[in-house]
Amino acid sequence: MATFFGEVQSVFSRAVDEDDEEEEGEEEEEDREIIAELERKREVHVTWNPEVTAAIESSPNRRLPCSNVILSVGDNATGFVSSYILSSGSWEVCGSITLWNERCRDCNPRKDSLPAPSSCTFYRSITDPTVLLCQCNSYIAEDQLFQWCEKVFGSLEKSSLNVTVLSTCPVSEYKTPESTYSLPVPFLKALRTSEYREEVPCPLLEQPNIADGLPAAVLTYCQVWQIPAVFYRCYTDLSKLDSITIDAFRPLLSCQRMSRLAADSAKIQETLRKTVKSSEIQSNLYI
Amino acid sequence: MFVPIGSEQDFPSDYTLLLPAISVGNVGQLAIDLIISTLKIPKVGYFYTDCLVPMVGSNPYETDEENAKELCTNAEVYALPSQKLAVLQLRSLVIKKKSKSFRQALVSWIKRCAFARVILLSSCHAYHRDDTQLFGTPFRYLVTPALQKSVADVLKELEWKEMEKVSSYPGLNDNEKRVFIPGGGFTKRFYDDCCLEDLQMAVVLKFCSEGDNVPDAFSLLNQVNEWLHLVASTNGDVLAKWKAPGSWQLLFGSGLPAAIF
Repeated sequence: MATFFGEVQSVFSRAVDEDDEEEEGEEEEEDREIIAELERKREVHVTWNPEVTAAIESSPNRRLPCSNVILSVGDNATGFVSSYILSSGSWEVCGSITLWNERCRDCNPRKDSLPAPSSCTFYRSITDPTVLLCQCNSYIAEDQLFQWCEKVFGSLEKSSLNVTVLSTCPVSEYKTPESTYSLPVPFLKALRTSEYREEVPCPLLEQPNIADGLPAAVLTYCQVWQIPAVFYRCYTDLSKLDSITIDAFRPLLSCQRMSRLAADSAKIQETLRKTVKSSEIQSNLYI
Repeated sequence: MFVPIGSEQDFPSDYTLLLPAISVGNVGQLAIDLIISTLKIPKVGYFYTDCLVPMVGSNPYETDEENAKELCTNAEVYALPSQKLAVLQLRSLVIKKKSKSFRQALVSWIKRCAFARVILLSSCHAYHRDDTQLFGTPFRYLVTPALQKSVADVLKELEWKEMEKVSSYPGLNDNEKRVFIPGGGFTKRFYDDCCLEDLQMAVVLKFCSEGDNVPDAFSLLNQVNEWLHLVASTNGDVLAKWKAPGSWQLLFGSGLPAAIF
C-alpha cells in the first residue's frame, strides 16, 4: 500500500493474522541455516567415562547393564540424594550430560581438555556397578526433554531396569478441594508406570494434579517402553534448599531398593549440615 | 509414532479417528475427554512423539480405586471396536517449531492405519467472526475433497454451515479467498495437509472465547453427535448423556482457606 508520500508500507491486518501458527516453508536459505545451527546448539550431549564406554562397547547389544537408575531433579531432591545416599562414599562419577538453552548457557561442551561444566552428573555405585544415580540441577528446555530420555535410556540395558525419579514442586500448585493453606507441608506424592509393581511408601498423586518437565518426560518414556518407574514428588512451601524438605524424602528409604543404598546416619547428618550450611552462607549477604 | 500397549499394531481399515486440535479454550480436547469418559473407551496405545510438551498424571477417567492408579501421558490412543472408533487424545501443547513435524507424524500414522474418516474437533476465536457469522449457528465444518462426495448429502440434511473463506487481501482483491481459522492451532494446516494427501478428513469447530469452555465442549459434541451418532439421543436434557471425567474437578483451582470468610 502506498502512502501520500509514495513509500510502500506493509499493512497489518488482524483478519489475516495467523496468530498461533508459525509461518513455515517460507523460510529463506539463511533462516534455515540459522535454525539448523540453533538446533545443533541445543542438542543434548551424554558423555560416559572411559570405563563405562568400554563396558557399553563390550556388552552384546552395546548397552550398559543397569538395574537401577535414581534421578533427582532440583536442589532439594539432589540434596537428599547427596546427603542420604552419595555420602556413603561408595560412588564414583561415571558420566555427565551437557546441554545449552536459554536458561543454562554455560553448559555447552568445551573444545579444550578441561572438563565441561555439566548440567547433569551420573554416579555409579562401586559395590554394585549396575546402580546409577543422576543428579540434575539445571533447567532442561521443553524441546530437549525427549532427546534427554532417548539419549540416556538409549545407552542403558532395559531388561531389568528400574527407574526412580525425585523432584519437588511448590505446594501452591497442588490441587485439592480444601485449601492448600491448611495442608501440612512438605508432603510426598507418587506416580508410577503400569510395570511398577512394588509398594509405594506414600499416597499416589491424584487427579487433577499433573506433573511436567524432566520427571514427566522420563515417566512417559518408561510407560511407553514398559519400564518399571516411580516418581516421588515432594510438595513444599520453600523454594530453596532446606533440611525440612530434604527430610521429607526419607520415607523412600523404607523401600528395599533404596534402603540398601543409604549411607550411615553419622555421615548423613554431617553431609546434610554441610549442604544446607553452604547454601545459607551464600544467601546471607548482610551478615 | 504409535506404540500399542498390546501386540495389535494396526486398526482395521474401516475405523473412524477422532482427534482434537489444541485450540482456543481447549474445546476439542474437552470434547474428546467427554467421548472417552462417556463411552468408557479402553486405551490401546500411545502416540509417542517429541513434538508435544511432556506431562503425566494418574488416570483422568478413573472409575474405581484400582484404575485410578494408571498413568496417563500427553498423547494416548483409545479404541472402541463396537463402534469402529479410534480416539486420539492430546493433553499438552505442541512445542514451538515442531508443529510441522507433528502434523507429518499424524498424517503418516493416519495413512498407515487407513482410517475411513478422520474428524478433527476444533475451535476458533469468536472475536474474529465477521458480521454475517455473528448470527445463526456458532458451529462450522470443513471437509476435504476426498470426503466431500460421501458426506455432502448428510451435512446438507443436517443444515450444517461450511466455514466461510476470507479474502486473502481484504479490500484490495476479493477474488482470492482462503480458509482462515484464528485460534485453531494446527487446524488449518492439518486440513491443508489432509487435502494434499487426499485423506478423508473433516473439521468440526465452534466459535468461542477463552474462559469456562465446558459448555462449549458439550455443545460441540452434541453437534458432532448429530452426524456420527456416538451416543443415542434421548428426549430429555441433551447435556445429561455426556459424562464429565473426574479430572475436570477443580478447574478453577483449589479450595479457599476457611479463615478468609
